[in-house]
Amino acid sequence: MKISKNFLIDYIDIKDVSFKEVAAKSLKAGNEYESVYKLSEAKGLVIGEVKECIKHPDSTKLSICQVDYNEGLTQIICGASNVKKGQKVIVAKVGAILPGNFEIKKAKLANEESNGMICSLAELGIENKFLTEEDKEGIHVLPNDAEIGEDPIKYLNLDDEVIDFELTSNRSDLMSVIGMAYEVGAIYDKEVITKDIYLEESKDITKTHKLSLETDNCSLYIAKMVENVKVKESPNFIKARLIASGIRPINNVVDISNYVMLEYGQPLHFFDADKLGNEIIVRMANDKEEIVTLDNEKRILSSEDIVICNKTKPIALAGVMGGLDTEVTNETTNILIEGAVFNSSNIRKTSKKTLRSESSNRFEKGIDSNLTKIAVKRACELLVKYAEAKVIKNELFAGEITHFPKKIKIELNDINSVLGMNLTEKEVSDVFKKLKFEVKENQVTVPTRRLDINIKEDLIEEVGRIYGYDNVEGILPKVTIKRGTYSKKAKLIKEIEKEMISYGFNQVITYSLVNDLLINKFILKSKDKASVLSPMSEDRKYMRQSIIPSLINTMEYNLSHKNNDVAIFETGSVYYKEKDSYCEEYHLAGLLYGNYLINEWQNKHIKADFYLLKGIIESLLNYLGFNNRYSFVDKDLISDYHPLKSASILVDNILVGHFGQVHPTISKKEVYVFEIDIEKLLSIRVRGIKFKEISKYPKVTKDLSFSVDKEVSSSVLTNVIKKTGGRNLIDLNIFDVYEEFKEGFKSLTYSLTFQDSNKTMTDEEVMQIIDKIVENVEKTGAKLRTK
Amino acid sequence: MQNIKEELLLKLKEVKNLSDLNDVRVLFLGKKGKIQEKMSLMSTLSNEEKKSFGQEINLLKEEITNLIEELKFSLEQKELSEKLSKDKIDISLPGTKIVKGSKHPLNKVIEEVEELFISMGYDVVTGPEIEKDLYNFEKLNLPKDHPARDAQDSFYLTEEYLLRTQTSPVQARTMENNLEKGPIRIICPGKVYRRDNDDATHSHQFHQIEGLVIDENISLAHLKGTLEVFAKRMFGNEREIRFRPSFFPFTEPSIEVDVSCFKCNSKGCSICKNTGWIEILGAGMVHPNVLLAGGYDPNKYKGFAFGMGPERIAMLKYGISDIRHFYSNDIRFLNDFNRIEGGVDSED
Repeated sequence: MKISKNFLIDYIDIKDVSFKEVAAKSLKAGNEYESVYKLSEAKGLVIGEVKECIKHPDSTKLSICQVDYNEGLTQIICGASNVKKGQKVIVAKVGAILPGNFEIKKAKLANEESNGMICSLAELGIENKFLTEEDKEGIHVLPNDAEIGEDPIKYLNLDDEVIDFELTSNRSDLMSVIGMAYEVGAIYDKEVITKDIYLEESKDITKTHKLSLETDNCSLYIAKMVENVKVKESPNFIKARLIASGIRPINNVVDISNYVMLEYGQPLHFFDADKLGNEIIVRMANDKEEIVTLDNEKRILSSEDIVICNKTKPIALAGVMGGLDTEVTNETTNILIEGAVFNSSNIRKTSKKTLRSESSNRFEKGIDSNLTKIAVKRACELLVKYAEAKVIKNELFAGEITHFPKKIKIELNDINSVLGMNLTEKEVSDVFKKLKFEVKENQVTVPTRRLDINIKEDLIEEVGRIYGYDNVEGILPKVTIKRGTYSKKAKLIKEIEKEMISYGFNQVITYSLVNDLLINKFILKSKDKASVLSPMSEDRKYMRQSIIPSLINTMEYNLSHKNNDVAIFETGSVYYKEKDSYCEEYHLAGLLYGNYLINEWQNKHIKADFYLLKGIIESLLNYLGFNNRYSFVDKDLISDYHPLKSASILVDNILVGHFGQVHPTISKKEVYVFEIDIEKLLSIRVRGIKFKEISKYPKVTKDLSFSVDKEVSSSVLTNVIKKTGGRNLIDLNIFDVYEEFKEGFKSLTYSLTFQDSNKTMTDEEVMQIIDKIVENVEKTGAKLRTK
Repeated sequence: MQNIKEELLLKLKEVKNLSDLNDVRVLFLGKKGKIQEKMSLMSTLSNEEKKSFGQEINLLKEEITNLIEELKFSLEQKELSEKLSKDKIDISLPGTKIVKGSKHPLNKVIEEVEELFISMGYDVVTGPEIEKDLYNFEKLNLPKDHPARDAQDSFYLTEEYLLRTQTSPVQARTMENNLEKGPIRIICPGKVYRRDNDDATHSHQFHQIEGLVIDENISLAHLKGTLEVFAKRMFGNEREIRFRPSFFPFTEPSIEVDVSCFKCNSKGCSICKNTGWIEILGAGMVHPNVLLAGGYDPNKYKGFAFGMGPERIAMLKYGISDIRHFYSNDIRFLNDFNRIEGGVDSED
């Protein structure tokens, strides 16, 4: 919301206050701003008259002008095609500064001396979008009443300053100059200047026109007429104030409608009364009904749009845009002025699918219905003054004023207890006085313009922000002393993350929304997908069901940036649809690719492979207290893994995750990944740590080597050995695996450590166990090679 | 006797290493050595002679022992230093890289905030990311058709469910689940989603940390005091905070909180856009409608709430200019965060 200082000082006396200061104080009162600036930064300009203008002999574009600005004739070379003898023009003298710190210097153009510059409006810093087609082409030509030697910036009313506010959505009252005057008045403790409007009227609209209001979505509709309008250019002050407020001047009639909207915050619409007929109907549109709007677009309407109609068809899309058929043109003489209050949410829906305008924006935020009639009268007053209009008596009126001053009960203690301050009655009533709120005993009456104030807390905020939050002394709350906690789950997740980091993994965070290529991969459970209704792109359509695909993408991103070794993990939710609702599960996933450990000059490498990842998963499970309770099996395998280099992870025979090499159809690289359902894992009970006395008796280590069919997995033998070895078999390692000379067989060499916690084991005792082990292992089909 | 000593000195001169020395030792001090040889003469002497001879020979033995030990020590030193000199390595060659991961910078910030508030008695609570409209909006004083819903344009999954646009629904759920309707002190970190096109400063997925305190006699002054502690802990002891009035549907009064610029000490710089202040959080007193929706009596209980963006804090703290870094996970970026910001004397 751009506020012009010249416009504002019509309503509040802050002429001598710097606008920068107003902005800074407004910020403290809760109104943020983007910038404060002068409408034109140009300095050293003067109005001159072109006394002579001849074509430059050596140039087709340049003209040699002799310009009079009460300092004799000055020669200026001008490149604009529209410069002519007799024109009043804007001259930047030598030494003048134009926006962008551009200083005008004496110059020679095609051998002719030039002592200044004849300016266009763009060169004064006025944005192109505000200029007429003529002004876009060349220099700005001033009318004849412009006086030579005067300041053109002043003449054009461009000697203005602007604050570009970023208002909060509740302050609809500040979307008008008068509303802003009340706000600045509260900050500076100044009165707002009010003006009475007096109109001379004749005839009677109620005799000739009819209005019917057929929808509840318009609470108030006022139509008033003026005749004999002369459409022409607006006076400079209106044009300048519109430009300062960010609106392009068109002609006096359109400009007045916008001017009043800026002034009061009430959008108005002007119809060409002669094209309208004599009947106005306000109703909801029918589905598929059509209207061609001002911008020459055919709009297909729905039953959520409010329309203004004449006897035969819609003539305006209420609150958003007028219809082309009843548009005010240069030939218009009679105007029907509409002032109305439309339902915010209808306007929002309509403007969302058509156009967001200054008008729709104000309707969306809410309009004080007490201002509607005044704004219509104000438009009449300006049309009389600047468009020679004659006002027709009375107005068509339907609906009602729906806003009344609100009375809110509040005690001093309410205010102090929320703000944590010790304000006195006087300090509080001073604030309300500044805001022009009436206070009687414990009751505050809020003016209708403040649609945002409804409850006592709203009043407390007013006191806080006007009195100043700087005056709040920070203290810590008096609360029961206790230590805060993480949930048990959160604590364990943090432990898992710490552990993964200690294994050398970088923690990553990827997007939860994925595309349909990723959504089907590496899914632990087959459940319905959760998808968003209208995705921003196909890439962000589904809620992920596995983290692994995003990790593979992250790896590819890093490889393309020449980060060749990747060890990453992520903890986060995956999402499923379940009947009519959704569920989220917390997962851990990791990825290993390339070298895990590397020292190039020593030629030490540990490459990512199946067993490295398996070891990491085992370490993690041990850390979490699951030692001896997990197993890795080739059951329930997921097809996105290499079929022979992947496994399911079981803890207490419960499936908690999977790992292995990514299937070559998904990645041609040798990538290893895993994913674990943390919630399932953490639901498995773990006993506390209990120290077991270290045995004083010696250990005995024996090696056993078996020959076994290549297809038999080592775990078959290992399980038998463990089971047979019993309590005294305290350690078991496979330290040699190789394919035998004999085809189809492999050799597994175990190192077994025995120890009794109560006595020294004799050789015989150990050998007895060994023999039993060999016997049992051989039952599986393996053959002992060496002892 | 003198001869023995001279002979020893001659022999010792020829000694090159410990084994030569051992030979000399055996020759003089061994069981069949020269000293022992002399000792065996004792039996042929008279008692008186025995005494003086014995003294003399003991002295000689001691002297010889000392000479041999001295040489032994210096030989050992020499041999050790020869041995060590063979071990010489180039200590400037690079060390083996120890495998080491890193915590994601967003989690670093989130945990720092969590720990701070845990120390002030807050519990860390989380909630679902696929949330009901009821909790994300309605119970937070954002009824259907409220214009502020537009500002956080959301991803809906059905009419009822959406990806939460804020962590505030955890507030609503916590209030509802607190059956005794007693005091609450929580902090709620998590992912949130809004329909923004990803660019340097926008991300359709980002994080929030929400705080909520409900108790009897809670005021804005308590909010200010709490956030002062937060600002000093996160951004340095000299930090001050500033309250600016603002508007959020779920708080009344609503506050925007600025922290004095920690890059320039409020002198004015590009980070604070020459204002000396950096906007860091939104906060306010819990709106009575929100308390009511959570089953709390606004006449008895008051509360404050605040919300902050870990992305923004991390960007300010570490000087990151593009929010997409957090989600593209370049390992070089991640590795920048694999250390503590420590040192007893470090800038805190």
